[in-house]
Amino acid sequence: MIPALALVVGVVLGLVLEPTVPAALQPYLPIAVVAALDAVFGAVRAQLEKIFDDRVFVVSFVSNVLVAGLVVFLGDQLGVGGQLSTGVVVVLGIRIFSNAAAIRRHVFHA
Amino acid sequence: MNRPLCRRFLRPRLRRVDVAVAVLLAVLGFAAVVQVRSTQEDGPLATARQEDLVQILDELSNRNDRLRDEVSALERARAELTTGGDQSEAALAEARRRTQLLGILAGTVPARGPGLLLTITDPDGRITPDVLLDALEELRAAGAEAIQLEGPVDLSVDPSEASGGDSGGGGVSPALGDGDEGGGGVDGRALYPPYRFVVVGEPSTLASAVAIPGGVVDNIEQRGGRVLVEERDEVVVGALRALEEPRYARPAPQDGD
Repeated sequence: MIPALALVVGVVLGLVLEPTVPAALQPYLPIAVVAALDAVFGAVRAQLEKIFDDRVFVVSFVSNVLVAGLVVFLGDQLGVGGQLSTGVVVVLGIRIFSNAAAIRRHVFHA
Repeated sequence: MNRPLCRRFLRPRLRRVDVAVAVLLAVLGFAAVVQVRSTQEDGPLATARQEDLVQILDELSNRNDRLRDEVSALERARAELTTGGDQSEAALAEARRRTQLLGILAGTVPARGPGLLLTITDPDGRITPDVLLDALEELRAAGAEAIQLEGPVDLSVDPSEASGGDSGGGGVSPALGDGDEGGGGVDGRALYPPYRFVVVGEPSTLASAVAIPGGVVDNIEQRGGRVLVEERDEVVVGALRALEEPRYARPAPQDGD
């Protein structure tokens, strides 16, 4: 309940404040959001499988975001930033899909 | 650390980890909304990567160069066209000017200017065409630029108002020949006394030229005629002749033309 409320509060803050993304963060923000989504989906799945640990969630959330940003940063330095961020998005997308499939099985038993 | 959802939500006191989770999710919602908004507002360029931007910039500058080339080519063409237009316009104006001058000489366009009216009466009928021809040659030698010979003129009318109803012969050398019935004829038209020369030229020069002893005036008065010489600030040689196409002569090429 509290995490869902916090998510809503964050969305409302973003809508109300209308901040602009700093130029330095612009390549990393979408990747970081996708990585965080992966962590959230994993957390929901773990919750449904009753193995959720909030410390694990915090660590995985932060490390997901940091690793994704680091990979993209390295890719930018190596000149393959575009391809690597695509790769990161693909991998995270696959994970999100498999987590979503597990959630679906728990919710609908199908 | 596995516990049911309901028990955790009902727990009255928040642990640090719960706060961290809430903060992380709030940050996630915030970041997602910000990203979505910036993507919607800035269009595709804002989220494009550096190399993509460089490529887009290259394409743009290439197209810019091509368009700039096109602009300069079109400007050159326009400059050529306008200067060409100026040149042909100047040539046209020059051609018109020469047409006017040549037309005055040939008697195909009316001429006006200071000059002389020379009215000749012939009560005895002894003014022959060669007398008129002498007068004409005298006037031409004195610098007449356009000459009209008319007759008969109505002496009661102010000469400067009279239009050459029966006039003939414009230009500097009207064709003067024997008329059918004793009088003069100009350009194939018969003339009868009283005659009048309308002459464009320096008035005093022309007047003194006809007045020299043994000249035109003397000659006519010996034949019983009377000559009235009037210097005018402006006379109009309005009698025109048709331009005849030369039967044999053709323009010869000129150097530098």
